[in-house]
Amino acid sequence: MTSIVVVSAGLSNPSSTRLLADRLAAATVEALEEVDVHTVELRELAHDLTDHLLTGFPSAALDRAIEQVREADGVIAVTPVFSASYSGLFKTFFDVLPAGALDGTPVLAAATAGTARHSLVLDHALRPLFAYLRAVVVPTGVFAATDDFGTAGTDLDDRITRAAGELATLAGKTTSADAVRSRRRTVEDELAEPTPFEELLARASRG
Amino acid sequence: MQIGIFSVGDVTADPTTGRTPTEHERIKATVAIAEKAEEVGLDVFATGEHHNPPFVSSNPTATLAYIGAKTERLLLSTATTLITTTDPVLIAEDYAKIQHLTDGRVDLMMGRGNTGPVYPWFGKDIRQGINLAVENYALLHRLWREDVVDWQGRFRTPLQGYTATPRPLDGVPPFVWHGSIRSPEIAEQAAYYGDGFFHNHIFWPASHTQQMVDLYRRRWAHHGHGPADTAIVGLGGQFFMRRNSQDAVREFRPYFDNAPVYGHGPSLEDFTAQTPLTVGSPQQVLERTLSFRDYVGDYQRQLFLVDHAGLPLKTVLEQLDLLGEILPAMRAGFAEGRPAHVPDAPTHASLVAAAGGAHDTTVHAVDDVTGQVRDAEPVSA
Repeated sequence: MTSIVVVSAGLSNPSSTRLLADRLAAATVEALEEVDVHTVELRELAHDLTDHLLTGFPSAALDRAIEQVREADGVIAVTPVFSASYSGLFKTFFDVLPAGALDGTPVLAAATAGTARHSLVLDHALRPLFAYLRAVVVPTGVFAATDDFGTAGTDLDDRITRAAGELATLAGKTTSADAVRSRRRTVEDELAEPTPFEELLARASRG
Repeated sequence: MQIGIFSVGDVTADPTTGRTPTEHERIKATVAIAEKAEEVGLDVFATGEHHNPPFVSSNPTATLAYIGAKTERLLLSTATTLITTTDPVLIAEDYAKIQHLTDGRVDLMMGRGNTGPVYPWFGKDIRQGINLAVENYALLHRLWREDVVDWQGRFRTPLQGYTATPRPLDGVPPFVWHGSIRSPEIAEQAAYYGDGFFHNHIFWPASHTQQMVDLYRRRWAHHGHGPADTAIVGLGGQFFMRRNSQDAVREFRPYFDNAPVYGHGPSLEDFTAQTPLTVGSPQQVLERTLSFRDYVGDYQRQLFLVDHAGLPLKTVLEQLDLLGEILPAMRAGFAEGRPAHVPDAPTHASLVAAAGGAHDTTVHAVDDVTGQVRDAEPVSA
């Protein structure tokens, strides 16, 4: 069973961001044999995200979303373009992810905007963000402008299929993917199996 | 069970009046609060340590020594002592001195500090926080236990033939707690040495506290100090009480909504559900406090934060009066069902007894006229 988590930062209802997210999820499901999809709608977590910035800990609902992303075999991340970049809400979610949560996780990056003039946001904003988070961004990003939803003959369908296929390829190989994904030690790892004090002491003085 | 208060020493405007106390008023208020703590029957007063505005809690040793002189019984502690940016040699000297001045009424809690610029101000790097805490404490531990120390490490200049003076009172170093919210390495450190572990608890969900205390207890047993339930655990807590719970909520809400730590964030209702903060009647505070044992087991020290977020001194003193009223019931509640083998928090007296009595460990210098070293006379406990 491959677990795919969709993170969607659309604000309106219905939103074109969610529409694109759903199409990407459907295409990924198509490409995988056994798959389990969770969608994290960030609008519902907007207050919780702000509270997390201020208090330093997640609400129960936000904690569940973070846990789903941490456990995911693949992530589909979709944001609207605001002021030439991802939206603040989208960024806040990735800001509060614990260090290491996305290490080695395949990510399909996608964005929506009013016009195609924003399409480089995928390469100028989303790829650097996920590179910093040590995720594996699939080669094809998917950008949809408003026109794409009402025009026949655009290659949006092709891009969705190609990107979903790439994500499925990376996320679906659960056995070898585990070997590829070498993760940073998280607080949870340390709580479960602490570094012995003798090692901490040696490390402190080693430099 | 030791019950007391801890203060971070923030100078914060009272949001209901807009008035900010002066540093002088806040420093004097801290002393008045500590004296009140003793008056209402509390066991511990602990001060924080900050080196930046809006705090007045720099120089905690002067504060503790002064309070020590004005009190009879109160145990003086820290919450926390910055083991990262303070020279462990000075910590060894300062707290041994307070031990002598207060006849052993002092212990301390090590912490790393979370204000980035404080590290470079003291010539350190916050990214080395854990390593500093580990190495500096290893040195402090030796300075209190070995009369003459030769030492070389990574973070301070080497020591050759160094003796920290005064030597600990009766040959017994102050008891040490290690405080950390989310760093398992610090729980491991506390367990390794057989020291106490304190979880701030306030401002955080109970799950954080539970995970850290559980790790500390497991590792306490692993390092051979005894069964997990004999480890020495302390917790923070936070309340605002009025006889009528609606009055407590109404009066505290503006302080909550504007508080430096959580203000302008979650609602009072959400935060009291998510963290140990209790705003209500004395009975509600009593019941909530006694429920902390449900997730950390029987423990040894409970410290409350009562003076923060701009609460006026008069209000803080009223809070302490109310705490004093429920104190006997709180003590009885903590004693109920507590297994006999669960120890109390160590005190100077219990540590001296465990060491087989008091030993004067004064290190006498060589007399430069006679070349003789005068031996210390043994003293009885």
